[in-house]
Formats: sequence, structure tokens, C-alpha cells
Amino acid sequence: MNDTTSREKLNKLRNDFPVLHQLVRGRPLVYLDNAATTHKPRAVIDTLVQFYSMDNSNIHRGVHYLSEKATFAYEKARGQVKRLLHAKSEQEIVFTRGATEAINLVAKTFGDMRVKEGDEILISAMEHHSNIVPWQMLCEKKGARLKVIPMNDRGELLLDEYEKLLTEKTKIVSIVWISNSLGTRNPISEMIKMAHEKGIPFLVDAAQAVAHEPIDVTKFDCDFLVFSGHKSYGPTGVGVLYGKSKLLEEMPPWQGGGDMIKSVTFEKTLFADIPYKFEAGTPNIAGGIGLGVSLEYLESIGWDWIMQHEKSLLAHGTRLLTEIAGLKLIGTAANKAGVLSFVMDGIHPHDIGTILDRHGIAIRTGHHCTQPVMQRMGVPATARASIALYNMPEELDVLAETLKVVKKVFER
Amino acid sequence: MINFTDEMRDLYQETILDHNRSPRNFRKIEGAESLEGFNPLCGDRMTIYIKMDGELIADIGFEGSGCAISKSSASIMTTIIKGLDKKSALEWFEKFHELITRPLGAKIDSERFGKLLVFAQVSEYPSRVKCAGLAWHTLKSILDGKKESVSTE
Repeated sequence: MNDTTSREKLNKLRNDFPVLHQLVRGRPLVYLDNAATTHKPRAVIDTLVQFYSMDNSNIHRGVHYLSEKATFAYEKARGQVKRLLHAKSEQEIVFTRGATEAINLVAKTFGDMRVKEGDEILISAMEHHSNIVPWQMLCEKKGARLKVIPMNDRGELLLDEYEKLLTEKTKIVSIVWISNSLGTRNPISEMIKMAHEKGIPFLVDAAQAVAHEPIDVTKFDCDFLVFSGHKSYGPTGVGVLYGKSKLLEEMPPWQGGGDMIKSVTFEKTLFADIPYKFEAGTPNIAGGIGLGVSLEYLESIGWDWIMQHEKSLLAHGTRLLTEIAGLKLIGTAANKAGVLSFVMDGIHPHDIGTILDRHGIAIRTGHHCTQPVMQRMGVPATARASIALYNMPEELDVLAETLKVVKKVFER
Repeated sequence: MINFTDEMRDLYQETILDHNRSPRNFRKIEGAESLEGFNPLCGDRMTIYIKMDGELIADIGFEGSGCAISKSSASIMTTIIKGLDKKSALEWFEKFHELITRPLGAKIDSERFGKLLVFAQVSEYPSRVKCAGLAWHTLKSILDGKKESVSTE
């Protein structure tokens, strides 16, 4: 695809996102907080409106028209997730509230079942709090230990240290594929292989990956994979746990309630088959259906275009930011996704964030729910610009120009 | 080239930038009472040191990392509080609180707020009110005899 047609495609798809076309504080919105959440295309918004306007009903239990329609749409979304992940069956797709809930589910069921006193759980130095705290809670309960794969100053995991940390005590490895605060793309396939060589199950936190590159859980052979709908152009409040069916079947149920049972008497409850065993209560039906539509949207844009576009945005942004004297990128791994985390000499990230905001630019500032990463990198916080498929190179130009304004404010 | 707006000039006033660059009383005081304030939102930590002489605040210092708003607020606070008695210090806390949580457009009695006036604009930045308040809330907790570290959440 040449540059002109690529640009036409970008302009066209930007029209799919109503939220982008507004003035914020008198200037055109420049949205660079996509690692926190992405915007929703019209197709997803229309789906939610349509569902609540015309199709609203509970699922899996009604004999009436609307209930059947809602059930069909919800289960169709499960099929869309299955297709996106290249899972073997819909049974391997559990809907959750988000990636966080999915990790908690695994820790509370699989973890509870497998981890004993003295065992170890292995995570990495760049995990989001959501992939630290559930394991810490499990360790506390079981008397197990949380081990951490260290990283270098560029934000790359040390694989030789990882190798050493994989022992007969390790009961699960849970690793982020793409770091939300550094942008590092971990060599996840290789890491899964290394764990499996020692028979250790592996969970992939794909929260930051799913909107940005194709995923094939069969090729990865990962045991679990989690992601959130809202970071992949879908609604908030819905996410996914993928698990190999053999493991999901072995795991005890998590929450008890309606929809996760075959039969209930006061003496004994028979649990439903997977994935329903893990889906107690009325789920986020509209959210699930919306998630399915967002994944369809991603596919319609095409992975080749998305990856090439975001790669060139990252290169452009990296070049622009590197040219600003006194600005230091935090996270300079050789293999990176569209995250530009940075600090500026003598200017706190919060002040950067406020000044950018007053120019209509949305970035994230703070610790990004990765306080250990901040400690490792020796900074209290960073400013972070993160890219999505609808961003334009000009928006990064505006970012860079406005960062020069930030410097001016502080240098006067 | 985009120019910075007057609005930015209002928030980041010269006094604030000056206290950010060279904070006053930015030091640990040996043998003083101390308390850590924490802003979980941004991870900023700040420790306030106070040496009392009876009811008088004989010396006050602070340490920590923070944004220009939180650092300058702490710095200016120490210059106001040093040498005051506890009761007057708490009155200044109330004034500060009143200033940054006042309703939009409310008139300000500039004499009443004195040195605090440079923070008048902060009330228009809801996400930054906690930055400005961190030092003051930590101070109040020490004066109230609290020992546990303080969180702005």
C-alpha cells in the first residue's frame, strides 16, 4: 500500500470514531492515552444503542423471542473472540469484567488448586498491578513466594535470569506481553516455550496487545490469556479469559450463582460445563456483544495496515521526542509497541500533563499502575503518550511542539 | 509554534516556579517530629518535619519529590507556618482549604489569603487540588497528633 492510499484509509477510519472530532479547551482533541482506554467506533456505539433500544433481554434462560435473540448475539460474540484468538473452541472463552478479573479468576481457582506452601509464582519486573496483587494475595494465603524476573535499563526482561527462576517450585508464570508503562514487547512465544520445557503453565496478559497485533493462542500454546474489551475499541466492563479447555475443566468454579449451574438442590449443586461454570450471574450482555463488534471492526481494518501504521507512528514519535533536549524516554527496548513514556529535566510529569491538557492533548501521567517499574527506573512517575490506529503523525507533531511550550513555561 | 496561554501563566505563576526551582526549608530536621504524606494518584511522597517549642512551631522542613504545584505549596506553607503557634497554623490550613475548594467564580478576599493567593487558580484544576493539598494535609495530621502516614485519597 502506498502512502497516499494509506492516508486516505486513515482519514476514512477516523470518521468511524465520533469522539475524535471535537474541540477540547478550544483546540482539536489529540488523544494519546490509548493504553488507558481506546475510543469506540460508531459500529460499537450503534450496537449498544441497538441492543438497549430493541433487543434488551436476559440470556440463556428465556424462551421468548428477545431472549433468544440476545443469547444468540452474546454467543456470537464469544465466537468472534474465539476466532480472534484462534482458540480451538468457544468453550475456552470465558467472559469476565476485564483483564484484571480474568487474572483474579485464575489466581483464585487454578492458583488455589495448584499452589502449595513453599511453591513459587513467577512474574516480571514490568507487570501492571493487576498482574502482581492477585498473585501476592494467593502467596499470602498459601505461604508461597512471588518471584520476579528482572529487567535491564532499557526495559527488557533478562531471559537468562528467567531461565534460572524456572524451577520445580514454580507453579505458574504470569507475564505481560506488552508493557503498558514501557512499551516493551516481550518475547512471549519464547518465554512460553521455556516454561513449558519445564512443564510450567503460562498466563499471558495481553491487555495492551490485543488491539495492536494478531494473536494465535494455538501457536503460542499459552495456557491462559487475558484481555480487556475497552483497550481494543470495545466497551468497558467486559473482558476475556482464554484457557485451555483441559485446564478450565479441571479448575473449580469461582463465583457461585445463576447461570453457572446444571441443577441446584439444597443438598448439592451440579456445576455447568465450561465456560459457563465461571460465569455466575447476568453478565454484561451488551458489553459482550459490543466487544464482538469491536473485534470485527479490527479485522475489517486489517492487521497489516494497523501494525505498519502504528509502527511508523512510533518511529515518528520516538524521533520527535528524542530531539527535545532534556527529555528522556523511559523504556527503550529494541522491540517496542506504541508507547512513549518519558520524563523531562526539572519538570514533573503532572505538570507536563496539565499543560498538555490545556492544549487539548490527552496523555497519562503518573505511575501507570506499575509502581515497581517506576522504582526500577528511578523515577517517581512518567508522562506517557500511547498510540492507537486512529492517530495521525501530525498529532505527534503537536505533542512535540507543545512539549517545547512546557519547557518554555518552566524555563522562564 | 504554539504559545503558552495566559491561563497557563495564571497557574504556573512566577512565584510557584521560583519555589519549585528553589524550595524553601527543603531539608530534614534531625530530632523533629515527622510524617509522610502520600498521593496514591501519582505516587508522590513528601515528608514534613516539625520542631515544636511548646505551642510554637519553632522549625519546619520538608523533603520529597513532587510536581511544581505540590512542591511550591509545601515550600510556601513552610514560610507561612514557621514561628506560628499551633492554633494559627491550623487557621492557615482552613484558609488554604477554603481557597482551593471554593466554588467556581467565587470572589476572593486577597488580604485574607496573603501568600496563598498564588494557588487561587488551582481550584480550576480538579485533578491538581490534591497536589496542592498534600503538604497542608500532612501538616494538619502532625498537628493533630497522627502517626500514620497520610494519604490524599
